[in-house]
Amino acid sequence: MRVRSALLAGVRGLWLAVFGIVGSVVLFTLAVVSISFMLLGIGVLTTPVVLGAVRAFADLRRVQAAEWAGVRIPTPYRRPLPARRGGVAGQVELCSALLKDKATWRDLQWLLVDMTLGAVLALLPAAMLLYAPWGVVVASGVWKPLVRTDGTFWFLFVPVTGQDTAYLAAAAGVTLGVVGLFTGPALLRAHFLLAEPLLRPTRERELALRVDHLTESRHDVVDDSAAALRRIERDLHDGAQARLVAMGMSLGTIEALVEKDPAQAKRLLAAARADSAEALTELRDLVRGIHPPVLAERGLADAVRALALRVPLSVEVDVELAGRAAEPVESAAYFAVSEVLTNATKHSGADRVWIDAHHAEGALRIAVTDNGRGGASVAAGTGLLGVERRLGAFDGVLAVSSPAGGPTMVTMEIPCVLS
Amino acid sequence: MRVVIAEDLFLLRDGLVRLLEAYDFEIAAAVESGPELGRALVELKPDVAVVDVRLPPSFTDEGLQYALAARRRTPGLPVLVLSQHVEQLYARELLADGSGGIGYLLKDRVFDADQFVDAVRRVAAGGTAMDPQVISQLLTRRSRDEPLGKLTPREREVMELVAQGRSNAAIATQLLVTERAVAKHTSNIFAKLALSPSDDDNRRVLAVLAYLDRGGLSC
Repeated sequence: MRVRSALLAGVRGLWLAVFGIVGSVVLFTLAVVSISFMLLGIGVLTTPVVLGAVRAFADLRRVQAAEWAGVRIPTPYRRPLPARRGGVAGQVELCSALLKDKATWRDLQWLLVDMTLGAVLALLPAAMLLYAPWGVVVASGVWKPLVRTDGTFWFLFVPVTGQDTAYLAAAAGVTLGVVGLFTGPALLRAHFLLAEPLLRPTRERELALRVDHLTESRHDVVDDSAAALRRIERDLHDGAQARLVAMGMSLGTIEALVEKDPAQAKRLLAAARADSAEALTELRDLVRGIHPPVLAERGLADAVRALALRVPLSVEVDVELAGRAAEPVESAAYFAVSEVLTNATKHSGADRVWIDAHHAEGALRIAVTDNGRGGASVAAGTGLLGVERRLGAFDGVLAVSSPAGGPTMVTMEIPCVLS
Repeated sequence: MRVVIAEDLFLLRDGLVRLLEAYDFEIAAAVESGPELGRALVELKPDVAVVDVRLPPSFTDEGLQYALAARRRTPGLPVLVLSQHVEQLYARELLADGSGGIGYLLKDRVFDADQFVDAVRRVAAGGTAMDPQVISQLLTRRSRDEPLGKLTPREREVMELVAQGRSNAAIATQLLVTERAVAKHTSNIFAKLALSPSDDDNRRVLAVLAYLDRGGLSC
């Protein structure tokens, strides 16, 4: 296990070192040249392209940091870039926006660090491992030609002059290899930690990004709840309210008819009763749409189970929650699952669905998988977009994996605590 | 027949008391909270209990929980659960012990006093009274399921009414056929669901359970 992770760290480090040096040097040079050529005019055209490449390169490193060493580095760029006009004026605007962005300059600083100290740190895990076989090879006789050509051949801190010192060199190499075995992954992590201060947003930018996000999600929430209230108002007005009015009118007519025409009165009574039943059904559906009764009574786990019983698919539910989340979070999660299930029923062609929900690392994670034909995307369906917005209000995220041919897997994550 | 009523809304509680008294039931107690219901069920041992799902103090499914707890102490204690909404999840929990004497109805079923009282009597006698809504939710599910899929349309119709807890005579009246025809259908249904002919009454409960369970679901 240790050997595997050390080897993996070595290979990854080697990759980082090679591409780090090549990529950083090339990109840094291009960026500097391109920015200086802006005075001549050509740079205006090239700078956005080059800086775009720098950002992509940095973003790749951010992803690797998270995947290879568990170092999460948030991206500092404001997206999207400011709306731009076409033509040269637009280009100039774009350039100035990019150059005014502190993140651009921090990226360039990072390129410098990455091609030097960063590359060395990345190279170490592989180098230390390789010293062990190298030392053994030296001791096995390779020292002779080396010493003959160079006089004294230095292996690490050991001056190799004869077989004795060659053994010493092998021992030193193997020791270094063992040390590498234990420190490799840590060194790889150190490489990313070194990059982190420059790659992550500044405190100021972090707050600005947060404000952007909050503004956006607040707009979404306000829009959504206004739309929901309008819908409820309309449903009440056209549905239950109208039926109660009809009932009142029927009762009035019955009062007048009851002695004159008892048969007709009886018919109207039946109609009035049917109206009241209809009104109740409509109110019930409305309540279910606002806050489902099982959710209120039992919480998310049983509400999802009850939901599974209502869809015409075979649904397997695996929900384990040690407590209840805050009511708004439960509600958002419930409606998210409900929407995803509706989608699966209507569009996926699936006949089996698996729902898996649990709470870990401070977040509620729900995965809904079906065996349908795939091809779902957040961009295409308004349904999933709505879910994403709803979850966004709680800093939650939604991810859809749905290759053509299936299966579709929708995962949701909402940060929350259980009580 | 002695009834315990548990309902927190005064208007509805009062209405239920008056309705059942009009049909010659004896009201042993009319309570308004979960703990009171628990005590009443244990101490008064009523012939049947009419219970609202949502009761104070928690206003969650307290009524249901107390009813289930009482049935664990006294198996088969007849309970008719009333609710503003019906959920298969709750229907299955109520029926799970397979001992009958269970009803689960929407509150508006009270509008039809005769049918409602009939349901109370059926539950008190150890039968079942499932709300048509629970049944119709099941019908909307695609039934790819083998045993249920084998039922003919007419048999499904009969099954639906059996699941609600109706007697053969009641089913015959509703479907405008003879009682013997209904009996033939039910025995066909029992055969198709592989329910052995040991105890005819309990088989009806088991058929309901099978009906609920074989909607093709697993939890």
